[in-house]
Amino acid sequence: MGEWINTILQGLLLGGLYSLFATGLALSFGIMRMINIAHGDFAILAAFAAIAVVEPLGLDPFVVLLLIVPLMAGFGYVLQRIILNRTLGQDILPPLLVTFGMSIIIQNLLLVAFSADTRSLSVGELGIASVPLGGDVAVGVFPLIVMAVAVAVLGGLQWLFSATPLGRAFRAASDDREVAQLMGIDNRHIYGVAMAIAMGIVAIAGVFLAIRANINPTEGPARLLYAFEAVIIGGLGSLWGTLAGGVILGVAQTIGGKLDPGWGILAGHLAFLAVLVVKPNGLFPRTRER
Amino acid sequence: MSKELDINAGRRTAIKTLGGLAAGALLPGPWVHAANNVIKIGYVSPQTGPLAVFAEPDAFTLAEMKKALAGGIKVGGKTYAVEFVVKDSQSNSNRAAEAASELILKDKVNIVVAGSTPATTNPVADQCELNGVPCVTNDTPWQPHFFGRGGDPKKGFEWTYHFFWGLEDVIGVFTNLWTQIPTNKVIGSLFPNDSDGNAWGDAKMGFPPVLAQKGFKLVDKGRFQSPADDFSAYIAEFKKNNVEIVTGVLPPPDFANFWSQAGQQGFKPKIVTAAKATEFPAAIQSFGPRAEGLSVEVWWSPTHPFSSSLNGQSSAALAAAYTKATSRPWAMPLAFKHSLFEVAIDALKRSADLKPESIRNAIRDTDLKTIVGPVNFKKGPVPNIAKTPLVGGQWQKAGKGFELVVVENSQAPMVPVKAKLLAVK
Repeated sequence: MGEWINTILQGLLLGGLYSLFATGLALSFGIMRMINIAHGDFAILAAFAAIAVVEPLGLDPFVVLLLIVPLMAGFGYVLQRIILNRTLGQDILPPLLVTFGMSIIIQNLLLVAFSADTRSLSVGELGIASVPLGGDVAVGVFPLIVMAVAVAVLGGLQWLFSATPLGRAFRAASDDREVAQLMGIDNRHIYGVAMAIAMGIVAIAGVFLAIRANINPTEGPARLLYAFEAVIIGGLGSLWGTLAGGVILGVAQTIGGKLDPGWGILAGHLAFLAVLVVKPNGLFPRTRER
Repeated sequence: MSKELDINAGRRTAIKTLGGLAAGALLPGPWVHAANNVIKIGYVSPQTGPLAVFAEPDAFTLAEMKKALAGGIKVGGKTYAVEFVVKDSQSNSNRAAEAASELILKDKVNIVVAGSTPATTNPVADQCELNGVPCVTNDTPWQPHFFGRGGDPKKGFEWTYHFFWGLEDVIGVFTNLWTQIPTNKVIGSLFPNDSDGNAWGDAKMGFPPVLAQKGFKLVDKGRFQSPADDFSAYIAEFKKNNVEIVTGVLPPPDFANFWSQAGQQGFKPKIVTAAKATEFPAAIQSFGPRAEGLSVEVWWSPTHPFSSSLNGQSSAALAAAYTKATSRPWAMPLAFKHSLFEVAIDALKRSADLKPESIRNAIRDTDLKTIVGPVNFKKGPVPNIAKTPLVGGQWQKAGKGFELVVVENSQAPMVPVKAKLLAVK
């Protein structure tokens, strides 16, 4: 019994990381109606940027987040204003193609700059510290931190969306971009800010991934897949749904892995397909069909 | 009206110029002519993509080769300059096959060499076999290379030769390593669902039968899908069965995940021997202090008592020269890249002329002491294969970082043991 509780707990915490990856994707889809194929690669880019700062300066990876998150957010804003906004329109293909190209460019730039070595960010003893919960059950401190950050980020976004003028503008631009423009909202700026937030969050996810395991320049696309699944399971446009999606994916993977190691990732995909069959709009859909 | 004409005139000129350029490009330039005093060596390696870590010594090795071969080489009494034509396989076997066929058909190379994992050596060797071009490869355990290409142990191949160790060596090294310190002989295995994991975990050809025979108990939960983010199921199983030795052949990110989760869950094995994940110094660095005591198979190290047949460099000197030139620590593929060219150049020098058959015959008769050990394709376990020595090593603390020290040499007694295996702290 203890073993099963442990398995489910590990899956829950893994879900925290997945939902951090998924939140940025959910934002860009929810607000811009844009699918960012390079999402996973941006996470890896942020992680490598963190490594480039941590290694020479010997800073703590958590401190570096204070630097990397604003940096990636700024990059996201500029990217959206200069490139991605031009691809948005009735046709959903151009943003797909452009971000697909970016994915390839980022992977190869990282390969040139950082070589193919696997790298990681060390947090020292914290990396293997754990809280024993009696019996066979112990949860790592770092996965707990990841989960707490995921919940905090989602809580922050929830507040932003429901209680601030910016959040109202986000919702307006998401619901009907033409009417929002008629009401004096500058969509280009709003989209830029949304991408900045998405990039800031994905930077956290990338840095956490580099602490949890290690990363290499071609790791991005695999991360994108999990993020996608978490978003779809949770329901498009729903913030807390993203957390639910990540957790369902994580728990499905650990339970599958417990039954047979070969089934771990498969179980995650099956859970995703099952949700698609039963509730094609996801568990907590917020967007209207159009 | 006149303005329009002008525009048209401009367009016509542009079209003419473009046409001229295109025609010019089609005509052979003066620099393209049949080179009859140059030997071309084609080289395929995974310079980009997930396997790129294997190709990191490429630039250094090629520069060394150019230095060593500056005066050209003599084949059949005539001196030839040596030219290297390098192609990137992009870590993709289809692309590797394409690169090899370009080398053969377009660049018309005299000999093809390639290295680094079955994804490179197998398609390249297949192309050479098909086109009748001599080919030397290494850095893939010989079974996946030979049997992976449908090799018949009775017949072998006509054009393609390969040198590296095999599964039997790594099994021998690991099992001898594990008897060095007292344990309960319970082994937990981490085999992914890929060609390596399936071969190592194979119930007939892999680890399980040898382990049973040597009195080890194997806890094998099955093959996992890589990359995996969670190993708690493995860890729980290992803890339940009181596993003291962990082994596997898994990529660095998976091992990193397993190893930090093992720490969080309080699983402390005495010996951890993980192939692939712990072969490269850069990967070891990324594990931080938790890298201490990890053990791995060693195909080459600076303490190997071999030297280069090309420039006389000892193993230690090669490693030092690499670190000096690139300011990176040595890694095992370094010497294998070097040896690849050693074998090719040696064969060319012994060849009667530059006919493919003559070069092939020279490769077949190779008996060369290289920087990775003796290479002789007639003494291999199957035709066209030569085996190089394999030993076991452990990452032990040296100054601020870690050093891979040879701790086991049952399969290759000529390589000296430098230290004893220590239990993982």
